Amino acid sequence: MIAFLIKRLMHAILVMFVISVLAFAIQDNLGDPVQQMVGQSVPESEREALRERLGLNDSFLIQYVRFAKNAVQGDFGDSYFYREPALEVIARHLPATLELVFAATLIIVLFSVPIGVYSAIKPRSPISRLFMGISIIGISIPVFLTAIVLIQIFSIGVTVTLFPESTGWGAWLNAFFSTEGNMPSFGRGYDLVNVVGNWDTNLATWNGLQHLVLPAVSLASIMLPLFIRLIRAEMMEVLQSEYVKYARAKGISMRRVYFVHALKNTMLPVITVGGVQIGTMVAYTILTETVFQWPGMGLMFLDAINRADIPLIVTYLMIVGVIFVVTNTIVDLIYGLVNPTVKLTGKPA
Amino acid sequence: MALLEVNNLDVRFALRQGDVHALRDISFSLERGERLGIVGESGAGKSVAAFSLLNLIAKPGFIAGGTVTFDGQVLNRMSERGLRKVRGNRVSMIFQDPMMTLNPVLSIGEQMVECLKAHRRISSKEARAIALDKLQQVQIPSPETRLDQYPHELSGGMRQRIIIAIALLLDPDIIIADEPTTALDVTIQAEIMALLLDLCEQHNVGLILITHDLGVVSQVTQRMLVMYAGRVIEQGPTREIINDPQHPYTQGLINALPQMATPGEKLNQIRGSMPSLSNLPSGCAFHPRCDFINRADGQPRPACTQQVPEFVESGNCRVACHMVAELLEDRRLKEVTS
Repeated sequence: MIAFLIKRLMHAILVMFVISVLAFAIQDNLGDPVQQMVGQSVPESEREALRERLGLNDSFLIQYVRFAKNAVQGDFGDSYFYREPALEVIARHLPATLELVFAATLIIVLFSVPIGVYSAIKPRSPISRLFMGISIIGISIPVFLTAIVLIQIFSIGVTVTLFPESTGWGAWLNAFFSTEGNMPSFGRGYDLVNVVGNWDTNLATWNGLQHLVLPAVSLASIMLPLFIRLIRAEMMEVLQSEYVKYARAKGISMRRVYFVHALKNTMLPVITVGGVQIGTMVAYTILTETVFQWPGMGLMFLDAINRADIPLIVTYLMIVGVIFVVTNTIVDLIYGLVNPTVKLTGKPA
Repeated sequence: MALLEVNNLDVRFALRQGDVHALRDISFSLERGERLGIVGESGAGKSVAAFSLLNLIAKPGFIAGGTVTFDGQVLNRMSERGLRKVRGNRVSMIFQDPMMTLNPVLSIGEQMVECLKAHRRISSKEARAIALDKLQQVQIPSPETRLDQYPHELSGGMRQRIIIAIALLLDPDIIIADEPTTALDVTIQAEIMALLLDLCEQHNVGLILITHDLGVVSQVTQRMLVMYAGRVIEQGPTREIINDPQHPYTQGLINALPQMATPGEKLNQIRGSMPSLSNLPSGCAFHPRCDFINRADGQPRPACTQQVPEFVESGNCRVACHMVAELLEDRRLKEVTS
């Protein structure tokens, strides 16, 4: 167990090293950070002096070594734009993103398991077919489009006048399909509760939750159908297995057969995929946060790219790399708990 | 009335191309404590027969006709709820491959206790005690530790012992064993079979033994069925069938045993292979492989290729074969004339 965790720590360090090299290698193509930092009237000589002071004129290797030396001591450099340590800027934006990812994960877990299991148990029922159809649509629509459609329907509102207003049923149908559109779609709202340090939560107040709903739903919109289909496919395979037949032959209730014998085996591959997907979701927040102006890491990262804020970009990429390693480690720990045939060791499998 | 009575059982699989007849017109009975063997090649319908007794055949299979009557109740007309009370409780099953039968993510103890708790109102502690007792009966070394182990920690032989223990958990009236030793190492096959028979004898449990091992059937069962392409083609007391098989297929099976071959010669075999159930030959399903299709005059018997043979009584046995029917008819005519 300890050996396993140490090995994962080494992974994290390796990942951070590789990411930092890659991020540094692309910085020359991101534009001139000095241009973003000073006004137009600043003469070239002063710009050059600033470049010299920031060390931008040094060679790639010297710049990287200087960065790496400081990074090992926990100093990832100052953001050009915010003029404060990049790590602090990220720490300020991290809770918003993690809350968004958490809410989306919650939506995915709460909906994918029951829907996936139901459509595996009753694959031919009309409801299952409906879910399968919707899930195909959900997978194929990009997140930002889903987000815009959600905003149109639930924030701006839709007034349907398709049916004749003069008839009773037409008026009713028009009202049924029209939406009021009072859901907030911008930022985190005014009613945040401070939990600890710089972590303000959306989860404690009604206003906060309302602001969270649309971004979380649109972030979940890609992964949810994926998981529904994955759980369904795995469950259908498990239901064909000998041990499920045997469980039925023992005369235990179908509820137990489905939810203890079958579901536990179904979840093994789902947990593995889920771990990778949570990391991917952190990356997807760039789109969602931009559409909803959610003040998290994704939005911050996009701004950093626009401003060629290289220290912030590099630090963000490294932090996301660490999040990947951490979630995968947690998932492997959970997997070890659920699957008795797995023993966690430091040795390569 | 016998403990278990199967009458004209008919099982079909609803496929896109139409229904496939997996079992036709199966009838047999089993008395308390009796041992019945069902033999046949792979694909003859032995396992389907075993599963359909407890109405456990998976979709698209279904029981299209006939009855399975156990202790006065018609099982194939019972609700799932009612059937659940019989399954694992009064009639339990042993599956073929012990490596696949136990759930890999549940401990042995959990898989035993859940079965007990499904049928009796007892505490987990009591259930564990019963489970431990059964594990001792199947002679597993250090049974207490097994309860907390998972299937992957045990060998195939040990797993099959555990499955036998689970089959005995609720002191059933009948155990249906579907090729219980086929997947095991040859060296422990005999051991497991002996254990199973011993325990059935001790507890006066009826046994339906499905196998393709004629040797085992001849040694341990009192009566047997020989199946071919979804039908029973010969049934009766085991000793009579083994000593004097009537049906050409049964004769072929017995001749195919290695001990029936002349040393140094090739082993005997039945030529050809089992037809697909969706594309059965006309008449007697066995006729393309039958060596006795020709009559004494050298002409093939037309009935064999055109008519499905009915059962005829021959001694204590029933045989579905035109040739046998003809022989019996000849013999009867001779008796009448003389």
